[in-house]
Amino acid sequence: MTRYAQGRAPARVQAISLQSQARNRFIETFSLLLAAAFVLMAALLIAPKARAQSPTDVLTYLTTDRFPDTERALNEIGTSGLATAPQIVEALAANRLLFDAAARKLYFADESGALFDAATGAPAAGISPDDLKRVRLNNAVRRSLNAARGALTLMSPDPARRRAAAEAVFKSRDASALPLVESALEKESTPAIRKKLEEARAAIIAADASAPEARRLESLETLKERGDQDALGTLATIAAASEGRVKTSAEAGVAAIQSRLAMWRNVQNVWYGLSLGSVLLLAAIGLAITFGVMGVINMAHGEMVMLGAYTTFVVQEWARTNHPELMNYSLFIAIPLAFLVTGAVGIFIERVVIRFLYGRPLETLLATFGISLILQQAVRTIFGANNREVSAPAFMSGSFDFGALSIGYGRMWIIVFAMAVFAALLFVLRATSFGLRMRAVTQNRRMASSMGIDTNRIDALAFGLGSGIAGMAGVALSQIDNVSPNLGQSYIIDSFMVVVFGGVGNLWGTLLGALTLGVANKFLEPVAGAVLGKILLLVFIILFIQKRPRGLFALKGRAVEA
Amino acid sequence: MSFTRRFMLRATGAAIGGALALASTGAAFAQGAGPIKVGILHSLSGTMAISETTLKDVMLMLIEEQNKKGGLLGRKLEPVVVDPASNWPLFAEKARELIAKDKVAATFGCWTSVSRKSVLPVFEELNSILFYPVQYEGEESSRNIFYTGAAPNQQAIPAVDYLMENEKVQRWVLAGTDYVYPRTTNRILEAYLKSKGVKQEDIMINYTPFGHSDWQTIVANIKKFGSAGKKTAVVSTINGDANVPFYKELGNAGIKATDIPVVAFSVGEEELAGIDTKPLVGHLAAWNYFQSVDNPINKEFIAKWRAFTKNAKRVTNDPMEAHVIGFNMWVKAVEKAGTIDSDAVIDAMIGVSVPNLTGGYSTMMPNHHITKPVLIGEVQADGQFNTVWQTSGLVVGDEWSDYLEGSKDLIADWRKPLSCGNFNVATGKCGGAAK
Repeated sequence: MTRYAQGRAPARVQAISLQSQARNRFIETFSLLLAAAFVLMAALLIAPKARAQSPTDVLTYLTTDRFPDTERALNEIGTSGLATAPQIVEALAANRLLFDAAARKLYFADESGALFDAATGAPAAGISPDDLKRVRLNNAVRRSLNAARGALTLMSPDPARRRAAAEAVFKSRDASALPLVESALEKESTPAIRKKLEEARAAIIAADASAPEARRLESLETLKERGDQDALGTLATIAAASEGRVKTSAEAGVAAIQSRLAMWRNVQNVWYGLSLGSVLLLAAIGLAITFGVMGVINMAHGEMVMLGAYTTFVVQEWARTNHPELMNYSLFIAIPLAFLVTGAVGIFIERVVIRFLYGRPLETLLATFGISLILQQAVRTIFGANNREVSAPAFMSGSFDFGALSIGYGRMWIIVFAMAVFAALLFVLRATSFGLRMRAVTQNRRMASSMGIDTNRIDALAFGLGSGIAGMAGVALSQIDNVSPNLGQSYIIDSFMVVVFGGVGNLWGTLLGALTLGVANKFLEPVAGAVLGKILLLVFIILFIQKRPRGLFALKGRAVEA
Repeated sequence: MSFTRRFMLRATGAAIGGALALASTGAAFAQGAGPIKVGILHSLSGTMAISETTLKDVMLMLIEEQNKKGGLLGRKLEPVVVDPASNWPLFAEKARELIAKDKVAATFGCWTSVSRKSVLPVFEELNSILFYPVQYEGEESSRNIFYTGAAPNQQAIPAVDYLMENEKVQRWVLAGTDYVYPRTTNRILEAYLKSKGVKQEDIMINYTPFGHSDWQTIVANIKKFGSAGKKTAVVSTINGDANVPFYKELGNAGIKATDIPVVAFSVGEEELAGIDTKPLVGHLAAWNYFQSVDNPINKEFIAKWRAFTKNAKRVTNDPMEAHVIGFNMWVKAVEKAGTIDSDAVIDAMIGVSVPNLTGGYSTMMPNHHITKPVLIGEVQADGQFNTVWQTSGLVVGDEWSDYLEGSKDLIADWRKPLSCGNFNVATGKCGGAAK
């Protein structure tokens, strides 16, 4: 087009220059021609946009297999007036949007795999999904998709989806969604979702440079009140992009949220510390029996944890194939099963190896280390060297907000579980006859034997108890760590550390030791980094043991000497 | 038949005893003296077994296949598998055993850089050949080692470029496990980012111990670092085992790839096999091969691998492809040289070109690194990667990084007459950086 306009102009020039008023005429004509060319070019540039307004063209953008085109289609689909827009967006999110590249036709599949024509929503007969390609996603497309979904589901009957939609709009700050948010606000009755919608509206207005200043300032206040990381990010972006009073107000908001979050950071450290402490407690509590109470340096303790995790894996595999409805409860089946399996393995080890080595700590150490290697390699041979996937049941997934703190359900239940195991163990030791006999045997073996206690049997059962508890810990740890043959190795050092620090032979010491180490670690980590934090903690424990060789809670009396 | 074989053997001057032995085994390989031995030096127990066992299996499959095709130089190939048990000094011992006792023609092995560094002097002393299949930090070139994995410029730098251009990332978290590969890679990346105008305060570097399992604080820090109003990404050189809890924690903390994408250099299909990847959709990895690469040669390889392992769900990954390329290159070089003599094969290796599994050709360069395409993939819900970007051509592995003070003047060229692994172009001398 440009070439045409320029090509014609000189030809005209020649003709005109022959005449008398050459100059003026020439300028006039030339500028006219230029203007015409400009209009034409502009029209050409606008044309695709104008065409995209007609619904089916949004669809062709989705058939080019190019990410920028997909993004563009998503940005326009909300206002395209296309009746099938919600289905198309949902299908794209679920990876069920398909296209025929040659025919430039778009289809979506429903959950059962039946195909529909995306332009009309009518069932597409005679088309095989094998001939179609999937519309692919990348992160940029996914962001546009979230924004489009947000805008389209603001009126959804499902409150959870409305809430998610409001959050999506909050993140995208897409000005074109503002009318939708306004109308959603008029109809919304749930207070919590209303609040989310107001925040979304505030985010849009605050970020919109063309909005009146008073409204922007008001919106900034709403964002400041929200006061979480997302609001902080939004305010920081606005502060960087604007000027004048809006900038100062946004910066003040950033400062206010930062100081609030700094305060919460201490609460967060305590929570993380408790969470880490409960994991340490779970890993160490079995060892507190086998090493702490019985005095066996049990290097195979970590492998008991590992066996517990693999029991969980086996239970889940079984549930997946035979009873899918039990998947959510698989952990409840796995906990007693893991206790029985690892308890039995523990009793077997005690009967076959350890009972011949009582009172010979070095040999016990080497023998149990050997056992740990045998168990690891056995699991590697049976299950393979790769990690196994243990999925989290629904009640352990996700998180909830507590102030500025986001608390994961998984972590929370692990803390609860650790405390329950601790309480149960304390009960067994204090309030059952088995516990009484066990304490008697460990305090004075010969006297207990003279009183008619079968010490051999008690030794085996106590070792089985310690191992079984390690197995139960494995069920919990399978939720947060690798289920691999090496799982146990990463916990054995920490477990010994906790038991020695807490005081050998004392369960309360183990509890307090685990929680102290957990919290100390989490306060050190942000300051010193994970590597140095761990080193500092080890140095601290070495110094502490120098000062108090028997740990936090030392057993007193003759029992210690035995 | 038997008569001809004896005749040929006599003609080649072999001992009668040898002929009888060969005839009695019924082998169809008439020439030479017994099979060619190939060393496989991968940990089958200990921490690294998780990654390395697969590579041993791939090598066994490749050797079996080559034997079906009639072996090499008319001789059968025989794998010699040893287990260095994830124990670095044991790697050196086992390497010596393979070369001196078993007289292997070439060895395929190692995963961690520390194991490679521990066997390097053994291979140089006994003049044997090692194929190293894993992406690594560079800053090394040995005459006796062929590096078939990616150098930093074939993985890390293109990944950062991708994030800068396509995700408009301005703030960077460099998170890694505390050992040589992440430290060197992050040093290179830090220098590279600064050369691109990224300010110091926009870079956060974080190291964690091996097998780190409690990521709550670090993930919270990343979240905090990412809420400064600038697009943030995490470049992860976190080592294998620590990744599962890291990704689980990211999922728990609700960090989505659309907010803060994580691009990983050590997470492949094998690692993802142990995680529920639904919360991780969109996080990235940079490799030179993905199982999802759609072409006939890759499909054929996956089918063969699944048949060999008798597991229809077995996944493939990048270091496996590196061994496929390395093995095929070695076969070609031996055929070219007509012998398994180390010196002849090392010379013949340079310039050898074989098909890779992504549909192109990889060539061995004079610096003992190979040419590869770079692929960026996003994690999918099924644990596979979807390639969202790839280099338009092949990238030559650069052993000495251009972004580090000590190494930017160095090059490696093992062709005669230069024959040097650390030639300094500024001083014109072989022997490393001028100090």
